[in-house]
Amino acid sequence: MAGQAVMTGTYFMNGDHACCEGALAAGCRFFGGYPITPATEIAERMSRRLPECGGIYIQMEDELASIAAVLGASWGGVKAMTSTSGPGFSLMMENIGLGLCTETPCVICNVQRAGPSTGLPTLVAQGDMMQARWGSHGHYEVIALSPSSPQEMFDFTIQAFNLSEQYRLPVFVMADEVVGHMNERVIIPREEDIKIANRRKPSVSPAEFKPYQADPDGIAPMANCGDGYRIHVTGLTHDERGYPVMDDATQKQMTDRLIRKIKNNRHKIIQTENFYLDDAQIVVVAYGISARSARQAMHEARAKGISVGFIKLNTVWPFPEELIRSLAPRLKALIMPEINAGQMVLELERCAGGACPVELVSHFGGALIHPSSILDAITKVQKGKKKS
Amino acid sequence: MSVKKAAKKPPLHPMDALLRVDRLPHIWCPGCGIGSVFSTVMAAIQKSEEDLDQIAMVSGIGCTGRIAGYVKLDSYHTTHGRAIPFATGLKLAKPDTKILVVSGDGDLFAIGGNHIIHAARRNIDMTVICVNNFNYGMTGGQQAPSTPFGAKTTTTAEGSPEEPFNFSALAAACGAVYVARWTALHIRLLTNSITEAMNKRGFSFIEVLTPCPSSFGRRNRMRTGLDLLTFYHDRSVIMNDIDPKNASLNFENDLVVGRFVDIERPTFMDNYQAVKEHQIAPWPPPGRKTVEEAL
Repeated sequence: MAGQAVMTGTYFMNGDHACCEGALAAGCRFFGGYPITPATEIAERMSRRLPECGGIYIQMEDELASIAAVLGASWGGVKAMTSTSGPGFSLMMENIGLGLCTETPCVICNVQRAGPSTGLPTLVAQGDMMQARWGSHGHYEVIALSPSSPQEMFDFTIQAFNLSEQYRLPVFVMADEVVGHMNERVIIPREEDIKIANRRKPSVSPAEFKPYQADPDGIAPMANCGDGYRIHVTGLTHDERGYPVMDDATQKQMTDRLIRKIKNNRHKIIQTENFYLDDAQIVVVAYGISARSARQAMHEARAKGISVGFIKLNTVWPFPEELIRSLAPRLKALIMPEINAGQMVLELERCAGGACPVELVSHFGGALIHPSSILDAITKVQKGKKKS
Repeated sequence: MSVKKAAKKPPLHPMDALLRVDRLPHIWCPGCGIGSVFSTVMAAIQKSEEDLDQIAMVSGIGCTGRIAGYVKLDSYHTTHGRAIPFATGLKLAKPDTKILVVSGDGDLFAIGGNHIIHAARRNIDMTVICVNNFNYGMTGGQQAPSTPFGAKTTTTAEGSPEEPFNFSALAAACGAVYVARWTALHIRLLTNSITEAMNKRGFSFIEVLTPCPSSFGRRNRMRTGLDLLTFYHDRSVIMNDIDPKNASLNFENDLVVGRFVDIERPTFMDNYQAVKEHQIAPWPPPGRKTVEEAL
């Protein structure tokens, strides 16, 4: 197996390690990182696996440097990633903004632990969901996936690379301590069965090329360093030539496209798994590790004869707004379990638009949400007054 | 008639091939020394006869950081302080590319200080050119890690109470294989030095003492670029191969310029490859030398 990027086979593996294998299968050949619980196992495995796959692992001096090196490597034409947890994620925010502004493909895996600050380094939380959305200054759109098993750590890391290459932005894999550390079966398919996307290359000569002139779908082809295009890349507001222009018209043009390239393609980006939505009166919406508790609660509720459906958010950002809007008017309630004091539930409420009540099943971090807590919430809604 | 026609045509400059002429005029103030440093960098690149597609420039934020926006190379204007780690990723992803990092003293040694010491320690193969103008110019002239003790800035109106770094000594102490310091008036020596640094495998560092009349000079009774240039140049003495920790910049003594360090050391990639191929001896080594033997 050693030396192979795609370790086709069936394994008993933890989520952090599965993330590495997904990255390598997706073509990642650069990792710049800094150790942090509970993401350290990603860096450790990458330090062994990358050299044998012809890639580079470098342990940087901090998370500021890690994400900067990842952006540099990506402009060097190599698929690149880093991994971290809350405190490191906070440190990366400014250069995540640089990646968004300069449209640099890369992947950041955040194995979440409880915060704020140092918090509970070894214990689970889902407290960085809004930080993933809004953590860097300014206005932009992001893509974030949320795995709930080691298998999904493998699958979603590949998807994260594909999305980052297709839409040219840093993509987040929003994992958590339990998903990162739990061991489960992970099936790695044959290399030819893994779908890989690569960044779009310029099709015109250097003289004609404008680095930020987008194709009709809003995405601009990318010239890597050394491709002969000799482009300028800046985090200043820039025009299609990539040149800084300090005025409001250029600011509008640039940010508008950064937003539209994700918004207009959201139907291709958003992935949910939907269960029993046809007959459901109550729908549980969940992501990451909490999705497993939610699914169990759904099964238990249905065994009791309660018409419960379940939406598993594989992508958390962009949020499936249209799906929620279309469902909400005929529901008794939407329920969201999450290991924070209520973050994604704010988005759920916004999308429900008051058409049905939205209930939060909250845990502040340090342990999982037990399916019985979600079942209690379902039962309460069921026993409560019918929606008039 | 023909004279009139010729006058309409924009004159070609020998550096035009390396300039984004469509971005001119530049943003730098009259009397600023960054343009001189930029010219020496371009002259060294031209002299090197390297394929221009295989040279990249990375900069941080500040007046000097804007150089990357005017040079016609693959050029990356990154965030404040992060030029070196960005350049590290770029170099490791594309090892055949020559990397020039050009940035200011505040960018490289205050907000980015942690990165320069580690890049030097790792001996990442890149050339770092530090334009030292003794203050933060772009924001109007605040105290920097280079500001001389007692010098006035907008945040040290009565004189700076802090002692500055000796950047060249710091770079050398961290393991840079090539270290030099010049003023922006040592045009030929500086150009040659940049050429040497670019040809050096490993982490090379050049500090250039550069006038900033608009922000630094005018608060310290040197209102023009020429005042500052002559001030630095007249006080400077060239002392090659001096230990850079003795080449302080305290202005009570001569300003020491010159090429201070030129040594050989395996680069990060050399060692990475050696480890990968199990070409390094196991740690710890079996015996040891005495302190006297080691010296």
